Amino acid sequence: MKLMLEIKNLHAKVGEIEILKGLNLTIGSGEVHAIMGPNGAGKSTLSYVLAGREGYEVTSGSVLYQGKNLLDMEPEQRAGEGVFLAFQYPVEIPGVSTMNFLKASVNSVRKYRGESEFDAMDFLKFVRQQTKILNIGDDMLKRAVNVGFSGGEKKRAEVLQMAVLEPTLAILDETDSGLDVDALRIVGEGVTALKSSERSMLVITHYQRLLDYIVPDVVHVLADGKIVDTGDKNLAIELEKNGYANYAEVAA
Amino acid sequence: MAAVTETVDQVELVEKYKYGFVTDIETDQAPKGLNEGIIRYISAKKEEPDWLLEWRLKAYSHWLTMKEPDWAKVGYPPIDYQDAYYYSAPKSADDGPESLEDIDPEILDTYKKLGIPLHEQEVLAGVKNVAVDAVFDSVSVATTFKEALSKEGVIFCPISEAVKEYPDLVKQYLGSVVPYSDNYFATLNSAVFTDGSFVYIPKGVNCPMELSTYFRINASNTGQFERTLIIADAGSKVSYLEGCTAPMRDENQLHAAVVELVILDDADIKYSTVQNWYPGDENGVGGIYNFVTKRAACRGRNAKVSWTQVETGSAITWKYPSCILQGDNSVGEFYSVAITNNYQQADTGTKMIHLGKNTSSKIIAKGISAGKSQSTYRGLVKMMPKAEGSRNYTQCDSLLIGKECGAHTVPYIESRNKSAKIEHEATTSKIADDQLFYCRQRGISEEDAVALIVNGFCRDVMQELPMEFAVEAQKLVGISLEGSVG
Repeated sequence: MKLMLEIKNLHAKVGEIEILKGLNLTIGSGEVHAIMGPNGAGKSTLSYVLAGREGYEVTSGSVLYQGKNLLDMEPEQRAGEGVFLAFQYPVEIPGVSTMNFLKASVNSVRKYRGESEFDAMDFLKFVRQQTKILNIGDDMLKRAVNVGFSGGEKKRAEVLQMAVLEPTLAILDETDSGLDVDALRIVGEGVTALKSSERSMLVITHYQRLLDYIVPDVVHVLADGKIVDTGDKNLAIELEKNGYANYAEVAA
Repeated sequence: MAAVTETVDQVELVEKYKYGFVTDIETDQAPKGLNEGIIRYISAKKEEPDWLLEWRLKAYSHWLTMKEPDWAKVGYPPIDYQDAYYYSAPKSADDGPESLEDIDPEILDTYKKLGIPLHEQEVLAGVKNVAVDAVFDSVSVATTFKEALSKEGVIFCPISEAVKEYPDLVKQYLGSVVPYSDNYFATLNSAVFTDGSFVYIPKGVNCPMELSTYFRINASNTGQFERTLIIADAGSKVSYLEGCTAPMRDENQLHAAVVELVILDDADIKYSTVQNWYPGDENGVGGIYNFVTKRAACRGRNAKVSWTQVETGSAITWKYPSCILQGDNSVGEFYSVAITNNYQQADTGTKMIHLGKNTSSKIIAKGISAGKSQSTYRGLVKMMPKAEGSRNYTQCDSLLIGKECGAHTVPYIESRNKSAKIEHEATTSKIADDQLFYCRQRGISEEDAVALIVNGFCRDVMQELPMEFAVEAQKLVGISLEGSVG
């Protein structure tokens, strides 16, 4: 099996506080891994470190992505290389239509990959192939990025971005938070439709319910900056029942 | 018409323009300095009628009694008005660079980013002996313009030509909106203006195309004291585009232009500007000082004027396009984007003077400051006693990029009529780190992200620009802010 992501002994801090304390994680091509864990375990920090956000400082360890040193790359390079992060809190950009943003984004990434850029008409066709499954209408594409979007709309827009950017590693940071049952189903089905043997996913979540749709190959428990347990999808169901209390002790 | 004939006609037209200049080019340049003699010299060179010379002289003697204004939030070393040329004939083509290879690579880079075709680049950069067929496109546009316009009776020509051809119109309206005694820079302009545009739209005519200085091919070298006069007669309509997104070669540091708009009953003028004069280098050395007086008089009932400006250039911008809403139900609008980077300073805004009943005005001003620049919005909304039922809405938004720049909002509001309604909203914001990171995670480079976010911030103004201007203006926003982050 081809390796997609190989994280070894990763330590990272935010400000003076160490959040990741020797994290190891290996994801193969086409695999779906879930990371669960209590608040403050370092789940979002892991996603930001992988995406290259400023202020998240790696102090030791390594991250290889498709054999390349991911930590050496600027955020936009990582995106070009196929790393996508679905944000827990998608950011508003007033005055910039969602369509415009998508086009700028897709064309930047295509340019990075040495592919031809879309013109406006071709891009519209390309996007419309994806909007149907996510129940996104043209009116939503005309609205400014995430401005005045409901929680469900924001998360659907994230999944749409993931669909059009065609990443090889998609990190979903609590994509289920703030969703009602119907929105959860749409988002879950949207993500599931994007599963492929060439694409790996890292699904970060508190709850098992998203995993009903996006069935993981491997489930990890992250506590106090380390992976403390690993299992199959049944581990998620167990966690849902028993909570994280046991792991708090392990980590301590 | 056969293509060949058309070409010949166009070549002739261009030759005529050149020929028109030749008499000027061959004459001397006036010596440095400013005095009555220089003004008489300018007027004589232009073969002006006595009344215009008198007017210039009145302006000059008034200017001598005036003091340079210091209330704007701009700082610059004192200007020595005697150490400047006030009349130099248009530059002969032979003074231009030999080819684009002689042009500052940074300027060429900007042309490339704006996607300007090679031949147009040569024209903009003033490369000498550019073959006529090379600029065929713009020339042919100019020719088509002329024909279509004259069919409708629209006059669009250099103001110096209008003085000769349409003296009554010029005499009636010149200085009627911005009198020669108006302010220091406008008064200086009245004394020494060299050329500019003249537009007259006859009664009931909807001007069949947008009028653009870009295509008025003899508009180059109108110099630092440009004077524009546009008259929209009753029931007429026109859209006028001034300037160009590409930086033009210009060696004059001081610019003091005057624009006067006269709008009669039910007429409508839309005036759009993209100003991209040289802003100086990243250390604040050089750059144009741009002191402009622009004013529109809505004289008739239901008259409407709309100013849209995108100001990205100049070291100093001092500019307040204004509307005098005299006719009942007249409407004034001001949409502005002012971008400053490095050491640029912009003090810009508008004045809305409500005189007539049920007049309304709208102000949308967006200021973006980066680097060590300072940007000020300065505006006046004034409701006079007879402005029964009039209203104003003002929105001023400032966006800061980095920690060393400044944004200032100075609104003056004066109401002398109880029934008038005035609304003012102002915001100041920064480009947030999370916005930049979000864009970059989606593959968009930091510079492109800044351009995208700023264009979003300016959208309300950008969408007021005519289509062909809007696309270039959006690119210009990005170019102006290069190097402002990271």
